[in-house]
Amino acid sequence: MSENLAIFTENLNLWYGSFQALKNINLSIHQGNITALIGPSGCGKSTFLRCLNRINERISSVRVSGAIRLFGHDIYGQEVTLEELRKDVGMVFQRPNPLPLSIYENVMFGYTTHYARRSYTQTELDVLVESSLKKVHLWEKLKDNLHDSALGLQLEAQQKLCIARLLPLKPKLILLDEPCSALDPTGTSSIEELLLELKGEYSIVIVTHNMAQARRVSYESIFMLMGEIIEQGSTAEMFLTPQNEKTAQYIEGRFG
Amino acid sequence: MFGLTTHLQNKRRKERRVSFLLGCLTLCLVLPIAFIVGVLLFKGLPAICWEFLAADPIRGMTAGGIFPAIIGTIYLVLLSLLFCVPIGVIAAVYLSEYAADNWFTRAINLAIVNLAGVPSIVHALFGLGAFVLFLKFGTSLLAASATLAVMNLPVVITATRESLEAVPRQFREACWNLGATRWQAIRYVVLPNSLPGILTGVIFAVSRAAGETAPILFTGAVFYKAELPQSILDQCMALSMHLFTLSTQVVGVPEAFPYGTALVLVGIVFAVNTLSIALRFYFRTHRKW
Repeated sequence: MSENLAIFTENLNLWYGSFQALKNINLSIHQGNITALIGPSGCGKSTFLRCLNRINERISSVRVSGAIRLFGHDIYGQEVTLEELRKDVGMVFQRPNPLPLSIYENVMFGYTTHYARRSYTQTELDVLVESSLKKVHLWEKLKDNLHDSALGLQLEAQQKLCIARLLPLKPKLILLDEPCSALDPTGTSSIEELLLELKGEYSIVIVTHNMAQARRVSYESIFMLMGEIIEQGSTAEMFLTPQNEKTAQYIEGRFG
Repeated sequence: MFGLTTHLQNKRRKERRVSFLLGCLTLCLVLPIAFIVGVLLFKGLPAICWEFLAADPIRGMTAGGIFPAIIGTIYLVLLSLLFCVPIGVIAAVYLSEYAADNWFTRAINLAIVNLAGVPSIVHALFGLGAFVLFLKFGTSLLAASATLAVMNLPVVITATRESLEAVPRQFREACWNLGATRWQAIRYVVLPNSLPGILTGVIFAVSRAAGETAPILFTGAVFYKAELPQSILDQCMALSMHLFTLSTQVVGVPEAFPYGTALVLVGIVFAVNTLSIALRFYFRTHRKW
């Protein structure tokens, strides 16, 4: 049954050294939706997100137990390679992190690192770049400057570019770690619109500190506190009638 | 209000005194350099002419020019770069991008730091033992440039590591998050962005290789050789060595000759260093982040 689930975790625990950052996380997240992870700073949202593409493992003190299955596949399985996992599980960070390359090269970077040079033509690349940039609404603005440095773009465009560069890899899951916290309200709302357009085709998990944002974009919300999941449910219901006292207090802004 | 108080006046006087003192001390630092360049220009410039640069030394070095020494120095420098740049850059990439932080890499780092501190005459002895005798290169261009290369390895490694580490970590992470391997991240993002720093290190190595006398003394440079080296197993003349012999070993050399030779050597080193500064400046203003 876990095949229909984008994310399924069972008794997931994670320690940074002796500090336990995730405690018995049992989760099921369906495909094709936007799921918001909310909770105060240090509650383990980002840590959880970073488990899903195994980026956490670069820190040597991290220890993980339990199971994570994405689309029915155990990501700790013997045959799993980090390169392929990260191809299917794209990630967007708080600070836009375009590479110090041209806009074109940024969009193509993932694709060209994953496929042998003989397997694609320049025209195919051009088409991919165009369609990826169109999806994030950057094409019209940037089509004449594709070979300019991506670092010269404004933050909002940089963040969109960071989303666009995932698309040629056809990821199944897109993880966003507070993608709008460096952006102004206009930038935020245009990223949100973008996410709503992308859902369905991709499963999306977004960590956010912005309650209004969680309400606007997500179908389901997960409230975390001190490394535990306190409540999971449809966003509309959770924000209207939270089941847990702590959730209610957090949503109302009584702590954060 | 806002006016000058006595206390403020005192502070200002002290400020002026301190800045005067610091300025004087800095001037002391510049004086020797200015003096050296001045003396070289004053005494050496009369020797510089087309013949001096383009002719062989004749009549027991008391006449003619320094052409073979200039060419010898250029050969030595280029050949030593050929050895030390690839090895140094590869080692630096491994050490800063791949190697785990354990006792072994720490030992290697320590070795590099110590290698940088080894006096050049000791490098010369090492070169004599290792390249000339053990590897049977003989006293040759090959042995001398290999010795210079060993001497310059720490320079290249340190410069490369510093410029690799100056590339923000987030760029590597962005690559890894897209599923790129370490090598892909290095090849497409890290190396292109650290090239200017590496280049600076290489150019610094050039000026060191051109100037050092001791490492080539026993390993390949000769006092006098009529023809230019035909192969890397030939011996050659070199500017630094030539300067040494002109000043101490030969009688009857016109006074301007050693100064002229020194001027050419310093000129080459200055030119290369200036190029390095210009490159660094160019890349700094064109840096992409």
